[in-house]
Amino acid sequence: MFKGKFIDNLPKIYGTYTGGFLVFIILMAIAEQAGMSAKLIGIFFVAFTVLIYALIGYLSRTLQVDAYYVAGRQVPTVFNGMATAADWMSGASFVAMAGGIYFKGYGYMALLVGWTGGYVLVASLLAPYLRKFGCYTVPDFIGTRYGGNAARLCAVLVLTVASFTYVTAQINATGTIASVALDIPFGIAVYVGLASILMCSMLGGMRAVTWTQVAQYIVLIIAYLLPVFWISNKLGAGVFPHFMLADEVARISELESQFGLGTVKNSAADLATVPKGLAGITKAHSDVNTTPWKFISLAVCMMAGTASLPHVMMRYFTTPSVKSARRSVGWSLFFIFLLYSSAPMLATLSKLSLMDPNLATGIIGKSIADVQALDWYQNWNQANLMFVSDFNGNGTLELNEFFMGGKAVVLATPEIAGLPYVISGLVAAGGMAAAMSTADGLVLAIANALSHDLYYKIIDPKAETAKRLIVARVLLVVIGFAGATIAALEIQGILGSVIWAFDFAMSGLFFPLVLGVWWKRANAQGAVAGMLLGLASGTAYLIWVRTGGAGFWGVTQLTFGIVGSLVSLVSMVVVSLMTKAPDAATQRMVDEVRVPSGKTVLGKQH
Amino acid sequence: MSKQQQHWEKTRGLLFVTLAIWFVFSIGIFFFGAEMQESNIRPFGYPLTYWFTCQGSLGIFVILIFWFAGRQEKIDEEFGYSEKEDD
Repeated sequence: MFKGKFIDNLPKIYGTYTGGFLVFIILMAIAEQAGMSAKLIGIFFVAFTVLIYALIGYLSRTLQVDAYYVAGRQVPTVFNGMATAADWMSGASFVAMAGGIYFKGYGYMALLVGWTGGYVLVASLLAPYLRKFGCYTVPDFIGTRYGGNAARLCAVLVLTVASFTYVTAQINATGTIASVALDIPFGIAVYVGLASILMCSMLGGMRAVTWTQVAQYIVLIIAYLLPVFWISNKLGAGVFPHFMLADEVARISELESQFGLGTVKNSAADLATVPKGLAGITKAHSDVNTTPWKFISLAVCMMAGTASLPHVMMRYFTTPSVKSARRSVGWSLFFIFLLYSSAPMLATLSKLSLMDPNLATGIIGKSIADVQALDWYQNWNQANLMFVSDFNGNGTLELNEFFMGGKAVVLATPEIAGLPYVISGLVAAGGMAAAMSTADGLVLAIANALSHDLYYKIIDPKAETAKRLIVARVLLVVIGFAGATIAALEIQGILGSVIWAFDFAMSGLFFPLVLGVWWKRANAQGAVAGMLLGLASGTAYLIWVRTGGAGFWGVTQLTFGIVGSLVSLVSMVVVSLMTKAPDAATQRMVDEVRVPSGKTVLGKQH
Repeated sequence: MSKQQQHWEKTRGLLFVTLAIWFVFSIGIFFFGAEMQESNIRPFGYPLTYWFTCQGSLGIFVILIFWFAGRQEKIDEEFGYSEKEDD
């Protein structure tokens, strides 16, 4: 069926795969009509997609170093864009983002701007130059550009702190979805999620992760867009929701004032009866309701964090050329844009479905007893994601008496809007794909940094290929288990951990990476100071604010990267200027990196 | 000035233009979020600031990266630094 090389057949292979997946959805829909239970549909969706990823992972197994670390540097531009989009969009983007917008409105949408704007920095400041460098990992660049094991080691440290914070959140998300869809306890589901993640990455490293991520992107984007379009059309809101929901947004504002948003406040005693983690609507949907600095500082942190997170950067090491690395960033952002521009639309549709008394699905203003009798309310109430209570005792559900978990906006809206259960199963599979693909990228980034930079470059430079790859795989499993163990403790929510990861990465790596390309005078001492002091001051600020510190400049625990990166910049410049300029060979190396043509700085196999 | 220096001058120039546009749509306009929201300019009927955070800025970033990539390729070609196709 497929003649010639695998790479030449990619459009055909993934075209067939997408077609197959659509057929699977239709079969499930038919099965639902024939009376298959909701539980079974959920199990089929999650199990079927995870098995497909595992199969791709198995077929991509490899024993070659450059295939394991950088997928042989032959991933075509557009496909690398898809893989990056899946790598990037985590459980937080898929499951939590629309919910955040639903509850917090404008203040939260800084994340939309930050998580996309960062790609401009990736494309213009870093990706093409790091591709030209020819490194396997981000610390590989730092270690070679600045020279010396100290710089390499610091980069490994920052990378591990940032990525590990992030990966626990993702394993937590796979666990949450697996536990709901497969109906098993969370503590076990976390390890089921972990097993699926490792199946994708262990045998084939970056090569396997690349081809599963493309498959995961296809599943997650279908799972996100299909309900948005369906609900919009069902409500008669518009055929193409992105351009046609202005009336709905205006209608929500109207309903907000009608239902007295912000005028009726819940007492502390009332709120104490609401289950932990659930929230009511307290912020206006489309008003500008936060100070400019709060919005901008969060966006800035997310943008600089994007440009410093190693699991994203290393995706651009896999393209065939510098030119395609640059274009690939554009494609990545395009594929991300498809989902991110839909999240506010989903939040709008979800809120309108619940709020508008003219719609059959509207519950605000209905009698509490009626709402409590609804099937979907009972399901999600049991899952601890929905709650109503008659605080004022008038028997009617008021806006301030309805509470929902952030995850429920994406997971429950199809059911609320009266879509068939097959869509809910599809959404669960999409969430699983999003969380797995990001976890894969992160676990691999950490394991590769430890196996390549710490083990091979520092501890045992004479290690043979086979031994290097065994070490890489053992580390992958160890890190996965460590992540799952911490995820099972449920210390911090998914979204909070993700934002912290960006701040950590920004504190320690942003300026050492950027100045490595754009400032020839930057040297090893400066970079080490920048990484260590940046990470240390950012972490110290976080601990200070968490333990009741007042903070300054309006920098919160979500934006501590601003403090960390400023300290990093200043210390890096000062220390660099106080110590000796880099030698002529290093300067030549930087010149080499700045032109696309010619050989990579590091050899093909190193 | 050597060929390589000229190439880097132009590359840096392009970087500054790109970052300037990026700054306007990721940071600059949000200093005026409240004022823009009241504006009569309403793309597709949405309030202006709301639209920028949902679609506007995001879409501009996508276009900006492709534009930047195209310009940079031209600069590389001009100085003969493009990669060969079989690289």
